[in-house]
Amino acid sequence: MISTLAPTGTAPASGMTEASRRRAMAKANRVVTFRIKRCDGPGKASYWQDFKVTVPKNANVISCLQQIAANPVTADGKPSTPVVWDSGCLEEVCGACTMVINGKVRQSCSCLIDDYAPNEGDVMTLEPMSKFPVVRDLWVDRSRLFHNLKRVQAWVPIDGTYNLGAGPKETPASQATHYVLSTCMSCGCCLEACPQFNEIPDQGSKEANEAAWNSAFIGAHAISQARLFNAHETGKELKEERLDVLMGTGGVNDCGNAQNCVKVCPKHIPLTESIAVIGRQVTFHAIAKFFRG
Amino acid sequence: MSQHRVIVVGGGLAGLSASVRIAEAGLPVDLFSLVPVKRSHSVCAQGGINACNEVARQQGFSEYEHFDETIYGGDFLADQHPVLEMANWAPKIIDLLDRMGVPFNRTSEGNRDLRLFGGSLFKRTHFAGATTGQQLIYALDEQVRRYEAEGKVNKYEFWEFLGPIIHEGRAVGIVAQDMRTMQIRSFRADAVVMATGGCGLVYGKSTMSVMCTGAAAARCFRAGAWYGNPEMIQVHPTAIPGADKLRLMSESARGEGGRVWVPKKAKDPRDPKQIPESERWYFLEEKYPAYGNIVPRDIATREIFDVCVNMGLGVGGENQVYLDLTHRDPDYLTRKLGGILEIYEKFVGDDPRFTPMKIFPAVHYSMGGLWTTYTKGSYNPGTALPKHKSGSPAPLDAKVGLGMQLGAPNNSMTNIPGLYAFGEVNFAYHGANRLGANALLSCIFDGLFCGVSVFNYVKNEAPGKAPAEGLASGAFDESVSRETARMKSLVDSASAGASDPATNPYAIGKELGDEMTAACTVVRTETRVKQCLTKIAELKDRYAKVKLSDAAGWTNQSFSYARAVGDMLAVAEAIALGSLERRESRGAHYRSDYPDRNDAEFMKTSLAKHEAGKTTLEFVPIDASLVAPTARTYGKKDTKKPEMAAAAS
Repeated sequence: MISTLAPTGTAPASGMTEASRRRAMAKANRVVTFRIKRCDGPGKASYWQDFKVTVPKNANVISCLQQIAANPVTADGKPSTPVVWDSGCLEEVCGACTMVINGKVRQSCSCLIDDYAPNEGDVMTLEPMSKFPVVRDLWVDRSRLFHNLKRVQAWVPIDGTYNLGAGPKETPASQATHYVLSTCMSCGCCLEACPQFNEIPDQGSKEANEAAWNSAFIGAHAISQARLFNAHETGKELKEERLDVLMGTGGVNDCGNAQNCVKVCPKHIPLTESIAVIGRQVTFHAIAKFFRG
Repeated sequence: MSQHRVIVVGGGLAGLSASVRIAEAGLPVDLFSLVPVKRSHSVCAQGGINACNEVARQQGFSEYEHFDETIYGGDFLADQHPVLEMANWAPKIIDLLDRMGVPFNRTSEGNRDLRLFGGSLFKRTHFAGATTGQQLIYALDEQVRRYEAEGKVNKYEFWEFLGPIIHEGRAVGIVAQDMRTMQIRSFRADAVVMATGGCGLVYGKSTMSVMCTGAAAARCFRAGAWYGNPEMIQVHPTAIPGADKLRLMSESARGEGGRVWVPKKAKDPRDPKQIPESERWYFLEEKYPAYGNIVPRDIATREIFDVCVNMGLGVGGENQVYLDLTHRDPDYLTRKLGGILEIYEKFVGDDPRFTPMKIFPAVHYSMGGLWTTYTKGSYNPGTALPKHKSGSPAPLDAKVGLGMQLGAPNNSMTNIPGLYAFGEVNFAYHGANRLGANALLSCIFDGLFCGVSVFNYVKNEAPGKAPAEGLASGAFDESVSRETARMKSLVDSASAGASDPATNPYAIGKELGDEMTAACTVVRTETRVKQCLTKIAELKDRYAKVKLSDAAGWTNQSFSYARAVGDMLAVAEAIALGSLERRESRGAHYRSDYPDRNDAEFMKTSLAKHEAGKTTLEFVPIDASLVAPTARTYGKKDTKKPEMAAAAS
């Protein structure tokens, strides 16, 4: 489905959802402790620091981190430094501000404190994603994720930007399927939750890093993008090459079927379905290759 | 063997389309961005992208009418030729995006679906759900990744642009900093394309992303590039108030039938669903019978502001009005607007398919930006035509080159040779108010159309045609030492003395935002803007003694922010100066002390210049030789405050 909105049959006539009822209960201007896992840079040891933040209604993790940045004093009154984190749109369409909050990976912009810490004295923990090297504090280096899009050639090989008329027609049903796959914002939640996708420490150079990434599991994110482009009329042109990559080491067969990816995807992309579709394509591709010799 | 190359700064729609076009033409591109380009602010665009299409054409619409609407919507402030060329190119841009795989919504026959948008009576807006910007940037991001894999584009992500390097009067490179390692270095290029977006953060909270500080434009401005129409800042009528940002609620909500209303009775405590039709005031529909809820943004914003602030009719006595979609089929809404309804539900908690949304205006877009020039095309009628009658046959066809000459090296070039400005940072196209769904168009148009100009400039016009690579290192080394010294003085402040709110960069940034929001948004006056300029001067003094709380030499974000605050102050000053000197009302710029448009004195570009540390402003004529100005009323009828409200207040 495109949206998290409740199916129309079951939605309350008033429009008030469970979330809004819960949020209405949260106390205004309560003090919440943010327990943050910090790290001064690559190779440095991590440490925890607590900050107390006075939280108004409707605050999110970002607005609390902004408060900490403006006045970085720890819970025990010691001057500290602003916590470093990655962010962008603040409305859950760019994917930048992904982190692990109370043990679960998600975007911090759409994480409302009223949902997580409705009472005075509640504690929230913020940690960087664990599958990517930490740059500083909550900011991680997700270059590998973008590199994996190159591995599967996640693009439509058009003939260039000259005016060559419209693209292929498409039915509304097919558009609906493709649109959902295309809302993937490369945030990395699915990879953080995947038991088969593991951190690869920095290898010292771009080339060495890419070589290491190329032989490790590619993850649901890129597999789902391969599905999207394999289904496009022009994108299909590269289907065999994509399947060659996904058939090999680190390809779709490394998936352990834990199904965690689909549960944490903020855009509700049917990732396990994508893995199944690509799994079938890889099987047929392998058989075809076998008979072609 | 030395080679020509081009630097593109900014990886949103404008920067990506420029990179694709220039790399395709055969010049290597170095692409700089504060964020991985896929996460650029273009992802936030929701509603769609305008272009004449076959259905609208057969109903009487045309590229010419798209042009005419854009000029009228912009209240006759834009130079007209570039706007004509953009409208003529729009259908080609949609076709190209379609070929790149953008999942545009489809009709049952498989054609691209269309929706209504502000400032037009025709369905001319193409869309992909309600996340059109995201879908467009992904398509371009994919094409750039393809060129990157082929070695034609080199990305520098998480690099911050610190300034252009100007040698013998032309741009020959940039100085930039790696935001992780903090390394500062220079890069050489034969042309530099700025595609760095808007400056919403000058207002503290806006609908813009955290990197939209306007700092990159300010750094060019301070290096001598001119800034056009700084005072033209769009305040979008419908946004969700928030603690960290004001989240956009797309105009497409109104394009798909959303109705704006308030209870006729002030502070009516009832649930909106319990208020009968007769006790609701649909003020936009009443005042603008032809356009109704899809009047242009500046008009809708002023009407909402008037109803809440002057009449005291805001919902619950607060600054908010209802945006109501509950009369539409919920499944239809999910299909057409899923993305934005989800944002509302996530951040507010209510499902807008069943309960009216509460919204209020928010700073959204910068029509002004770096001043650029162009070469006129072949369409130059002796006298300007009267305003085009909506739906009547177009007076000319839509050939390429009528408005701007394709490939002329100066198209979208700033006053500094070799320094270009594309997309939102370019002041052209939108005049005093941008029409909804024209922004994505202008970004991609600049990249594709003016990308050719960059190529031609580098190949044919760059002085001596010798690559910048061979220049002596003087100017490059100098810029690196200047920026290194600036960084040292800022970072060293962290270890000097105790912290003080007066010199805290976040406090200065917040006060600036509050002041700009109060003085330079919906309603402006001489007195208030002068007060604002005094405040900016005070903040500048405090900024001179700014003190950081982090001395780290690695990934120091607060240093980066503090540096940007200095640049935001420069942009703010230009905005305030423009707001003061433009003593008329036009588009987004409304002066209650000069409520009328004054074409004789002010149908001109306000041009801010920064010389020897001082900002000055002058007015220069525009080229309005294609369409003659008319009163911009959108058929407004005089209406009174509803009687019930009058009785209650």
